[in-house]
Amino acid sequence: MRKEVPLLITILTAFIVILAFFLTPLAQTQQILLRWYAIIGGFAMFVGVWNLLKKHVFQVSRGKNTFYSLVLVLGFFMTFAFGIYSIVKYKDAFYINSPFMFNFNYVLAPLQSTMFSLLAFFMASAAFRAFRIRRLEAALLLFAASIVMLGRVPAGYALWHKLPLIAEWIMKIPSMAVQRGIGIGITLGAVGMSLRIILGIERPYLR
Amino acid sequence: MNVHVTRRIVYLVVALAVIIPMLFLKGKPVTVSEPVLNAFQAIDTLKEGSYILISTDYGPGTMPEVNPMVYAIVRHAFRKNLKVVYLSVVDALGLALGDQVIKNVAQEYGKEYGKDFVNLGFKPGAEAVIVSLGKEIRDIFPEDVRGVPLDSMEITRNIHNLKDFAIVVDFASGYGITAWIRYAQARFGVFLVGCVTAVMGPENYPYLDSGQLKGLVAGLKGAAEYETLLGKPAIATRGMPAQSAVHILIIVLIVIGNILYLLEKRKRK
Repeated sequence: MRKEVPLLITILTAFIVILAFFLTPLAQTQQILLRWYAIIGGFAMFVGVWNLLKKHVFQVSRGKNTFYSLVLVLGFFMTFAFGIYSIVKYKDAFYINSPFMFNFNYVLAPLQSTMFSLLAFFMASAAFRAFRIRRLEAALLLFAASIVMLGRVPAGYALWHKLPLIAEWIMKIPSMAVQRGIGIGITLGAVGMSLRIILGIERPYLR
Repeated sequence: MNVHVTRRIVYLVVALAVIIPMLFLKGKPVTVSEPVLNAFQAIDTLKEGSYILISTDYGPGTMPEVNPMVYAIVRHAFRKNLKVVYLSVVDALGLALGDQVIKNVAQEYGKEYGKDFVNLGFKPGAEAVIVSLGKEIRDIFPEDVRGVPLDSMEITRNIHNLKDFAIVVDFASGYGITAWIRYAQARFGVFLVGCVTAVMGPENYPYLDSGQLKGLVAGLKGAAEYETLLGKPAIATRGMPAQSAVHILIIVLIVIGNILYLLEKRKRK
Protein backbone atom coordinates (compact mmCIF):
# COMPACT_ATOMS: atom_id res chain seq x y z
CA MET A 1 0.00 0.00 0.00
CA ARG A 2 2.92 2.38 0.66
CA LYS A 3 3.78 2.16 -3.01
CA GLU A 4 0.38 1.68 -4.62
CA VAL A 5 -1.45 4.63 -3.03
CA PRO A 6 1.11 7.34 -4.03
CA LEU A 7 1.29 5.77 -7.49
CA LEU A 8 -2.49 5.86 -7.85
CA ILE A 9 -2.59 9.50 -6.72
CA THR A 10 0.12 10.40 -9.27
CA ILE A 11 -1.62 8.61 -12.15
CA LEU A 12 -5.08 10.01 -11.36
CA THR A 13 -3.87 13.58 -10.82
CA ALA A 14 -1.75 13.56 -13.97
CA PHE A 15 -4.57 12.24 -16.13
CA ILE A 16 -7.13 14.70 -14.75
CA VAL A 17 -4.77 17.65 -15.35
CA ILE A 18 -3.95 16.47 -18.88
CA LEU A 19 -7.56 15.65 -19.84
CA ALA A 20 -8.78 18.98 -18.47
CA PHE A 21 -6.92 20.62 -21.36
CA PHE A 22 -9.42 18.94 -23.72
CA LEU A 23 -12.53 18.21 -21.62
CA THR A 24 -14.28 21.24 -20.11
CA PRO A 25 -16.24 19.28 -17.43
CA LEU A 26 -12.94 18.42 -15.77
CA ALA A 27 -11.88 22.07 -15.50
CA GLN A 28 -13.35 22.49 -12.00
CA THR A 29 -11.58 19.38 -10.69
CA GLN A 30 -8.37 20.58 -12.25
CA GLN A 31 -8.80 23.95 -10.55
CA ILE A 32 -9.16 22.22 -7.17
CA LEU A 33 -6.03 20.15 -7.85
CA LEU A 34 -4.10 23.26 -8.82
CA ARG A 35 -5.17 24.97 -5.61
CA TRP A 36 -3.91 21.96 -3.67
CA TYR A 37 -0.67 22.14 -5.64
CA ALA A 38 -0.17 25.78 -4.57
CA ILE A 39 -0.91 24.86 -0.93
CA ILE A 40 1.51 21.91 -1.09
CA GLY A 41 4.07 24.27 -2.68
CA GLY A 42 3.74 26.56 0.34
CA PHE A 43 4.21 23.64 2.74
CA ALA A 44 7.17 22.37 0.70
CA MET A 45 8.85 25.76 1.20
CA PHE A 46 8.13 25.50 4.92
CA VAL A 47 9.61 21.98 5.05
CA GLY A 48 12.69 23.20 3.13
CA VAL A 49 13.25 26.07 5.56
CA TRP A 50 12.69 23.73 8.53
CA ASN A 51 15.24 21.20 7.23
CA LEU A 52 17.83 23.86 6.51
CA LEU A 53 17.40 25.39 9.94
CA LYS A 54 17.49 22.01 11.71
CA LYS A 55 20.74 21.07 9.96
CA HIS A 56 22.49 24.31 10.86
CA VAL A 57 21.20 24.45 14.45
CA PHE A 58 22.54 20.89 14.80
CA GLN A 59 25.91 21.97 13.40
CA VAL A 60 26.10 24.92 15.79
CA SER A 61 25.28 22.66 18.73
CA ARG A 62 28.01 20.20 17.64
CA GLY A 63 30.54 22.99 17.18
CA LYS A 64 31.14 22.01 13.54
CA ASN A 65 31.38 24.81 10.89
CA THR A 66 29.94 26.99 13.60
CA PHE A 67 30.55 30.41 12.07
CA TYR A 68 28.62 30.01 8.78
CA SER A 69 25.85 28.00 10.44
CA LEU A 70 25.50 30.66 13.13
CA VAL A 71 25.28 33.40 10.49
CA LEU A 72 22.53 31.44 8.74
CA VAL A 73 20.55 30.79 11.91
CA LEU A 74 20.88 34.38 13.14
CA GLY A 75 20.11 35.72 9.66
CA PHE A 76 16.97 33.58 9.50
CA PHE A 77 15.62 34.67 12.89
CA MET A 78 16.54 38.30 12.30
CA THR A 79 14.70 38.35 8.95
CA PHE A 80 11.74 36.50 10.47
CA ALA A 81 11.54 38.93 13.39
CA PHE A 82 11.82 41.95 11.08
CA GLY A 83 9.07 40.52 8.86
CA ILE A 84 6.67 39.95 11.75
CA TYR A 85 7.44 43.37 13.25
CA SER A 86 6.89 45.07 9.87
CA ILE A 87 3.57 43.31 9.32
CA VAL A 88 2.36 44.25 12.82
CA LYS A 89 3.55 47.86 12.68
CA TYR A 90 3.04 48.80 9.02
CA LYS A 91 0.49 46.13 7.99
CA ASP A 92 2.82 45.38 5.06
CA ALA A 93 6.24 43.70 5.23
CA PHE A 94 7.12 45.42 1.93
CA TYR A 95 6.53 48.92 3.32
CA ILE A 96 9.56 50.87 2.07
CA ASN A 97 10.73 52.14 5.49
CA SER A 98 10.07 48.88 7.35
CA PRO A 99 12.96 47.01 9.08
CA PHE A 100 12.22 44.02 6.83
CA MET A 101 12.85 46.06 3.68
CA PHE A 102 15.89 47.69 5.29
CA ASN A 103 17.34 44.23 5.89
CA PHE A 104 16.35 43.18 2.36
CA ASN A 105 17.80 46.27 0.65
CA TYR A 106 21.00 46.65 2.62
CA VAL A 107 21.93 43.06 3.49
CA LEU A 108 20.31 40.43 1.31
CA ALA A 109 20.14 42.23 -2.05
CA PRO A 110 23.77 43.51 -1.99
CA LEU A 111 25.03 40.06 -0.92
CA GLN A 112 23.22 38.30 -3.76
CA SER A 113 24.19 40.98 -6.28
CA THR A 114 27.82 40.66 -5.20
CA MET A 115 27.76 36.90 -5.69
CA PHE A 116 26.29 37.31 -9.16
CA SER A 117 28.60 40.14 -10.20
CA LEU A 118 31.63 37.96 -9.40
CA LEU A 119 30.66 36.07 -12.56
CA ALA A 120 32.03 38.91 -14.70
CA PHE A 121 35.47 38.47 -13.13
CA PHE A 122 35.44 34.69 -13.46
CA MET A 123 34.22 34.90 -17.06
CA ALA A 124 36.96 37.35 -18.03
CA SER A 125 39.60 35.22 -16.31
CA ALA A 126 38.27 32.02 -17.91
CA ALA A 127 38.13 33.68 -21.34
CA PHE A 128 41.77 34.71 -20.99
CA ARG A 129 43.10 31.40 -19.66
CA ALA A 130 40.88 28.74 -21.23
CA PHE A 131 39.40 29.93 -24.56
CA ARG A 132 41.91 28.48 -27.01
CA ILE A 133 41.30 28.45 -30.77
CA ARG A 134 42.48 24.92 -31.46
CA ARG A 135 39.93 24.05 -34.14
CA LEU A 136 37.80 25.70 -36.82
CA GLU A 137 34.65 25.34 -34.66
CA ALA A 138 36.30 27.28 -31.83
CA ALA A 139 37.35 30.00 -34.30
CA LEU A 140 33.79 30.24 -35.64
CA LEU A 141 32.41 30.42 -32.11
CA LEU A 142 34.81 33.21 -31.19
CA PHE A 143 34.02 35.10 -34.39
CA ALA A 144 30.25 34.89 -33.90
CA ALA A 145 30.50 35.66 -30.17
CA SER A 146 32.69 38.70 -30.83
CA ILE A 147 30.23 40.08 -33.37
CA VAL A 148 27.28 39.55 -31.02
CA MET A 149 29.17 40.99 -28.04
CA LEU A 150 30.18 44.06 -29.99
CA GLY A 151 26.88 44.39 -31.83
CA ARG A 152 24.97 44.38 -28.54
CA VAL A 153 26.76 47.44 -27.14
CA PRO A 154 26.99 51.06 -28.38
CA ALA A 155 30.74 50.66 -28.95
CA GLY A 156 29.94 48.15 -31.73
CA TYR A 157 27.76 50.70 -33.52
CA ALA A 158 30.53 53.28 -33.15
CA LEU A 159 33.04 50.85 -34.69
CA TRP A 160 30.83 49.97 -37.65
CA HIS A 161 27.17 50.96 -37.91
CA LYS A 162 26.23 47.61 -39.47
CA LEU A 163 27.52 45.49 -36.55
CA PRO A 164 24.23 45.61 -34.58
CA LEU A 165 22.36 44.41 -37.71
CA ILE A 166 24.77 41.48 -38.20
CA ALA A 167 24.52 40.64 -34.48
CA GLU A 168 20.73 40.66 -34.74
CA TRP A 169 20.90 38.39 -37.82
CA ILE A 170 23.10 35.91 -35.90
CA MET A 171 20.59 35.92 -33.05
CA LYS A 172 17.57 35.59 -35.35
CA ILE A 173 18.82 32.93 -37.77
CA PRO A 174 21.70 30.60 -36.75
CA SER A 175 21.36 31.05 -33.00
CA MET A 176 17.57 30.66 -33.11
CA ALA A 177 17.86 27.49 -35.19
CA VAL A 178 20.16 25.99 -32.56
CA GLN A 179 17.90 27.14 -29.74
CA ARG A 180 14.93 25.51 -31.45
CA GLY A 181 16.83 22.23 -31.75
CA ILE A 182 17.84 22.36 -28.10
CA GLY A 183 14.28 23.32 -27.09
CA ILE A 184 12.70 20.47 -29.04
CA GLY A 185 15.24 18.02 -27.58
CA ILE A 186 14.63 19.17 -24.01
CA THR A 187 10.85 19.09 -24.47
CA LEU A 188 10.88 15.58 -25.94
CA GLY A 189 13.02 14.48 -22.99
CA ALA A 190 10.61 16.14 -20.55
CA VAL A 191 7.59 14.46 -22.23
CA GLY A 192 9.34 11.08 -22.05
CA MET A 193 10.26 11.56 -18.40
CA SER A 194 6.75 12.76 -17.51
CA LEU A 195 5.24 9.67 -19.17
CA ARG A 196 7.60 7.43 -17.23
CA ILE A 197 6.53 9.11 -13.97
CA ILE A 198 2.81 9.03 -14.84
CA LEU A 199 3.00 5.34 -15.74
CA GLY A 200 4.92 4.55 -12.58
CA ILE A 201 8.13 3.45 -14.34
CA GLU A 202 10.09 6.21 -12.60
CA ARG A 203 9.18 6.78 -8.95
CA PRO A 204 11.55 9.44 -7.58
CA TYR A 205 8.90 10.58 -5.07
CA LEU A 206 8.91 7.16 -3.38
CA ARG A 207 12.60 7.21 -2.53
CA MET B 1 53.89 34.68 -14.98
CA ASN B 2 52.29 32.96 -12.00
CA VAL B 3 48.66 31.91 -12.67
CA HIS B 4 47.42 33.59 -9.48
CA VAL B 5 49.14 36.86 -10.37
CA THR B 6 47.71 36.77 -13.92
CA ARG B 7 44.24 36.12 -12.54
CA ARG B 8 44.52 39.07 -10.17
CA ILE B 9 45.65 41.35 -12.99
CA VAL B 10 42.63 40.26 -15.07
CA TYR B 11 40.30 40.94 -12.10
CA LEU B 12 41.83 44.38 -11.62
CA VAL B 13 41.50 45.28 -15.30
CA VAL B 14 37.84 44.12 -15.31
CA ALA B 15 37.12 46.20 -12.20
CA LEU B 16 38.70 49.27 -13.82
CA ALA B 17 36.80 48.64 -17.07
CA VAL B 18 33.55 48.80 -15.08
CA ILE B 19 34.38 51.57 -12.62
CA ILE B 20 36.04 54.17 -14.90
CA PRO B 21 33.26 54.37 -17.53
CA MET B 22 30.62 54.31 -14.75
CA LEU B 23 32.25 57.31 -13.10
CA PHE B 24 33.25 59.40 -16.08
CA LEU B 25 31.00 58.50 -19.05
CA LYS B 26 27.31 59.37 -19.24
CA GLY B 27 26.09 57.08 -21.98
CA LYS B 28 24.17 58.11 -25.06
CA PRO B 29 20.88 56.88 -26.55
CA VAL B 30 21.41 53.53 -28.24
CA THR B 31 20.24 51.89 -31.47
CA VAL B 32 16.96 50.07 -31.01
CA SER B 33 16.51 46.43 -32.03
CA GLU B 34 13.28 45.00 -33.44
CA PRO B 35 12.30 42.87 -30.40
CA VAL B 36 12.50 45.89 -28.07
CA LEU B 37 10.66 48.11 -30.56
CA ASN B 38 7.89 45.49 -30.70
CA ALA B 39 7.70 45.39 -26.89
CA PHE B 40 7.47 49.17 -26.77
CA GLN B 41 4.78 49.32 -29.45
CA ALA B 42 2.77 46.56 -27.75
CA ILE B 43 2.43 48.79 -24.67
CA ASP B 44 2.29 52.09 -26.54
CA THR B 45 -0.76 51.09 -28.57
CA LEU B 46 -2.85 50.23 -25.49
CA LYS B 47 -5.80 52.44 -24.63
CA GLU B 48 -5.76 54.58 -21.50
CA GLY B 49 -7.17 52.65 -18.52
CA SER B 50 -6.21 49.23 -19.93
CA TYR B 51 -4.89 46.69 -17.48
CA ILE B 52 -1.29 45.51 -17.50
CA LEU B 53 -0.25 42.48 -15.43
CA ILE B 54 3.37 42.48 -14.31
CA SER B 55 5.08 39.41 -12.94
CA THR B 56 8.38 40.06 -11.19
CA ASP B 57 10.09 36.68 -11.33
CA TYR B 58 13.68 37.64 -10.63
CA GLY B 59 15.98 37.90 -7.64
CA PRO B 60 18.52 40.30 -6.13
CA GLY B 61 21.32 38.59 -8.09
CA THR B 62 19.91 39.83 -11.38
CA MET B 63 18.44 43.03 -9.98
CA PRO B 64 21.02 45.37 -11.60
CA GLU B 65 20.04 43.99 -14.99
CA VAL B 66 16.28 43.62 -14.55
CA ASN B 67 15.36 46.60 -12.36
CA PRO B 68 16.15 49.14 -15.14
CA MET B 69 13.66 47.29 -17.38
CA VAL B 70 11.00 47.45 -14.68
CA TYR B 71 11.63 51.17 -14.27
CA ALA B 72 11.36 51.80 -18.03
CA ILE B 73 8.23 49.71 -18.62
CA VAL B 74 6.37 50.89 -15.52
CA ARG B 75 7.19 54.50 -16.45
CA HIS B 76 5.72 53.82 -19.87
CA ALA B 77 2.63 52.22 -18.33
CA PHE B 78 1.97 55.07 -15.90
CA ARG B 79 2.67 57.64 -18.58
CA LYS B 80 -0.05 55.96 -20.68
CA ASN B 81 -2.35 55.85 -17.59
CA LEU B 82 -2.56 52.07 -17.62
CA LYS B 83 -3.72 50.17 -14.53
CA VAL B 84 -0.81 48.17 -13.14
CA VAL B 85 -1.41 44.89 -11.32
CA TYR B 86 1.69 43.04 -10.16
CA LEU B 87 2.60 39.76 -8.54
CA SER B 88 5.26 37.09 -8.49
CA VAL B 89 4.90 33.39 -9.25
CA VAL B 90 8.52 32.28 -8.98
CA ASP B 91 10.53 34.36 -6.54
CA ALA B 92 9.17 36.14 -3.45
CA LEU B 93 12.27 38.34 -3.46
CA GLY B 94 11.40 39.50 -6.98
CA LEU B 95 8.12 40.81 -5.63
CA ALA B 96 9.93 42.91 -3.02
CA LEU B 97 12.28 44.29 -5.69
CA GLY B 98 9.52 45.03 -8.18
CA ASP B 99 7.35 46.52 -5.47
CA GLN B 100 9.96 49.14 -4.62
CA VAL B 101 10.49 50.12 -8.25
CA ILE B 102 6.76 50.35 -8.98
CA LYS B 103 6.11 52.41 -5.84
CA ASN B 104 8.96 54.78 -6.75
CA VAL B 105 7.60 55.28 -10.28
CA ALA B 106 4.05 55.60 -8.95
CA GLN B 107 5.23 58.44 -6.73
CA GLU B 108 6.94 60.06 -9.73
CA TYR B 109 3.63 60.04 -11.65
CA GLY B 110 1.34 60.72 -8.66
CA LYS B 111 -0.41 57.34 -8.86
CA GLU B 112 -2.53 55.95 -6.06
CA TYR B 113 -2.36 52.45 -4.57
CA GLY B 114 -5.60 50.51 -4.99
CA LYS B 115 -6.77 52.84 -7.77
CA ASP B 116 -3.92 52.91 -10.28
CA PHE B 117 -1.75 50.02 -9.11
CA VAL B 118 -1.96 47.04 -6.81
CA ASN B 119 0.39 44.38 -5.44
CA LEU B 120 -1.25 40.95 -5.36
CA GLY B 121 1.67 39.22 -3.62
CA PHE B 122 3.61 36.02 -4.17
CA LYS B 123 2.31 32.49 -4.56
CA PRO B 124 4.60 29.50 -5.14
CA GLY B 125 3.89 26.97 -7.89
CA ALA B 126 4.33 29.03 -11.06
CA GLU B 127 2.40 26.87 -13.55
CA ALA B 128 -0.49 26.14 -11.20
CA VAL B 129 -0.78 29.79 -10.22
CA ILE B 130 -0.81 30.91 -13.88
CA VAL B 131 -3.50 28.38 -14.83
CA SER B 132 -5.59 29.55 -11.88
CA LEU B 133 -5.11 33.17 -12.92
CA GLY B 134 -6.44 32.20 -16.33
CA LYS B 135 -9.71 31.12 -14.72
CA GLU B 136 -10.36 33.32 -11.68
CA ILE B 137 -7.80 35.51 -9.96
CA ARG B 138 -9.70 35.35 -6.65
CA ASP B 139 -9.18 31.59 -6.49
CA ILE B 140 -5.48 32.11 -5.91
CA PHE B 141 -5.27 35.78 -4.85
CA PRO B 142 -8.50 36.56 -2.97
CA GLU B 143 -6.82 39.64 -1.47
CA ASP B 144 -3.84 41.89 -2.14
CA VAL B 145 -0.51 41.68 -0.31
CA ARG B 146 -1.91 43.82 2.55
CA GLY B 147 -4.92 41.53 3.02
CA VAL B 148 -7.43 43.87 1.35
CA PRO B 149 -10.09 41.87 -0.57
CA LEU B 150 -9.89 42.40 -4.34
CA ASP B 151 -13.60 43.27 -4.54
CA SER B 152 -13.11 46.22 -2.22
CA MET B 153 -10.52 47.96 -4.40
CA GLU B 154 -11.41 50.07 -7.42
CA ILE B 155 -8.59 48.66 -9.55
CA THR B 156 -9.39 44.98 -9.03
CA ARG B 157 -13.17 45.06 -8.67
CA ASN B 158 -13.81 44.26 -12.31
CA ILE B 159 -10.95 41.98 -13.20
CA HIS B 160 -11.41 38.24 -12.97
CA ASN B 161 -8.88 36.43 -15.11
CA LEU B 162 -6.00 36.83 -17.56
CA LYS B 163 -8.37 37.80 -20.37
CA ASP B 164 -9.11 41.05 -18.54
CA PHE B 165 -5.53 42.16 -19.03
CA ALA B 166 -4.56 43.90 -22.26
CA ILE B 167 -1.00 42.72 -21.80
CA VAL B 168 1.14 40.59 -19.48
CA VAL B 169 4.79 41.53 -18.92
CA ASP B 170 7.07 39.03 -17.26
CA PHE B 171 10.38 40.14 -15.77
CA ALA B 172 12.33 36.93 -15.45
CA SER B 173 15.75 35.66 -14.57
CA GLY B 174 14.85 32.00 -14.75
CA TYR B 175 12.11 29.65 -15.84
CA GLY B 176 9.27 32.08 -15.06
CA ILE B 177 9.11 33.27 -18.66
CA THR B 178 8.74 29.69 -19.95
CA ALA B 179 5.85 29.10 -17.57
CA TRP B 180 4.10 32.28 -18.73
CA ILE B 181 4.60 31.33 -22.40
CA ARG B 182 3.43 27.73 -21.97
CA TYR B 183 0.45 28.38 -19.73
CA ALA B 184 -0.67 32.01 -20.03
CA GLN B 185 0.05 32.48 -23.74
CA ALA B 186 -0.43 29.02 -25.20
CA ARG B 187 -3.49 28.19 -23.12
CA PHE B 188 -5.26 31.50 -22.62
CA GLY B 189 -3.84 33.43 -25.57
CA VAL B 190 -2.65 36.43 -23.59
CA PHE B 191 -0.60 39.19 -25.16
CA LEU B 192 2.82 38.53 -23.63
CA VAL B 193 6.02 40.58 -23.48
CA GLY B 194 9.18 39.06 -22.01
CA CYS B 195 11.84 41.02 -20.15
CA VAL B 196 14.75 38.73 -19.40
CA THR B 197 18.44 38.76 -18.54
CA ALA B 198 20.89 39.06 -21.45
CA VAL B 199 21.93 35.40 -21.29
CA MET B 200 18.29 34.34 -21.55
CA GLY B 201 17.73 36.45 -24.66
CA PRO B 202 18.79 33.90 -27.32
CA GLU B 203 16.71 31.06 -25.86
CA ASN B 204 13.59 33.21 -26.11
CA TYR B 205 14.02 34.21 -29.77
CA PRO B 206 12.06 31.18 -31.05
CA TYR B 207 9.01 32.42 -29.09
CA LEU B 208 9.34 35.81 -30.75
CA ASP B 209 9.39 34.18 -34.14
CA SER B 210 6.34 32.06 -33.33
CA GLY B 211 4.48 35.18 -32.17
CA GLN B 212 4.04 33.85 -28.64
CA LEU B 213 6.09 36.76 -27.38
CA LYS B 214 4.98 40.12 -28.76
CA GLY B 215 8.26 41.70 -27.76
CA LEU B 216 11.46 40.90 -25.94
CA VAL B 217 13.64 43.14 -23.81
CA ALA B 218 16.90 41.39 -22.96
CA GLY B 219 19.56 42.58 -20.56
CA LEU B 220 20.79 46.05 -19.70
CA LYS B 221 21.10 46.84 -23.41
CA GLY B 222 17.41 46.02 -23.90
CA ALA B 223 16.54 48.33 -21.02
CA ALA B 224 18.72 51.09 -22.53
CA GLU B 225 16.91 50.64 -25.86
CA TYR B 226 13.56 50.98 -24.08
CA GLU B 227 14.79 54.12 -22.32
CA THR B 228 15.82 55.52 -25.71
CA LEU B 229 12.32 54.85 -27.07
CA LEU B 230 10.77 56.49 -24.02
CA GLY B 231 13.02 59.50 -24.56
CA LYS B 232 14.12 59.25 -20.92
CA PRO B 233 17.70 57.94 -20.66
CA ALA B 234 18.21 56.55 -17.16
CA ILE B 235 20.25 53.97 -15.30
CA ALA B 236 20.52 51.43 -18.17
CA THR B 237 21.80 54.06 -20.61
CA ARG B 238 24.36 55.13 -18.00
CA GLY B 239 25.53 51.50 -17.74
CA MET B 240 26.18 51.14 -21.48
CA PRO B 241 29.75 52.57 -21.56
CA ALA B 242 30.80 50.10 -18.80
CA GLN B 243 29.16 47.22 -20.66
CA SER B 244 30.88 48.27 -23.91
CA ALA B 245 34.24 48.40 -22.12
CA VAL B 246 33.86 44.95 -20.56
CA HIS B 247 32.67 43.34 -23.82
CA ILE B 248 35.68 44.75 -25.67
CA LEU B 249 37.98 43.75 -22.82
CA ILE B 250 36.81 40.12 -22.92
CA ILE B 251 37.44 39.92 -26.68
CA VAL B 252 40.88 41.48 -26.21
CA LEU B 253 41.66 39.03 -23.38
CA ILE B 254 40.73 36.05 -25.56
CA VAL B 255 42.96 37.36 -28.37
CA ILE B 256 45.91 37.99 -25.99
CA GLY B 257 45.40 34.58 -24.38
CA ASN B 258 45.56 32.91 -27.79
CA ILE B 259 48.65 34.88 -28.91
CA LEU B 260 50.46 33.84 -25.71
CA TYR B 261 49.34 30.24 -26.29
CA LEU B 262 50.72 30.25 -29.87
CA LEU B 263 54.00 31.80 -28.75
CA GLU B 264 54.40 29.19 -26.02
CA LYS B 265 53.58 26.40 -28.50
CA ARG B 266 56.21 27.70 -30.92
CA LYS B 267 58.79 27.96 -28.13
CA ARG B 268 58.15 24.34 -27.12
CA LYS B 269 58.77 23.17 -30.72
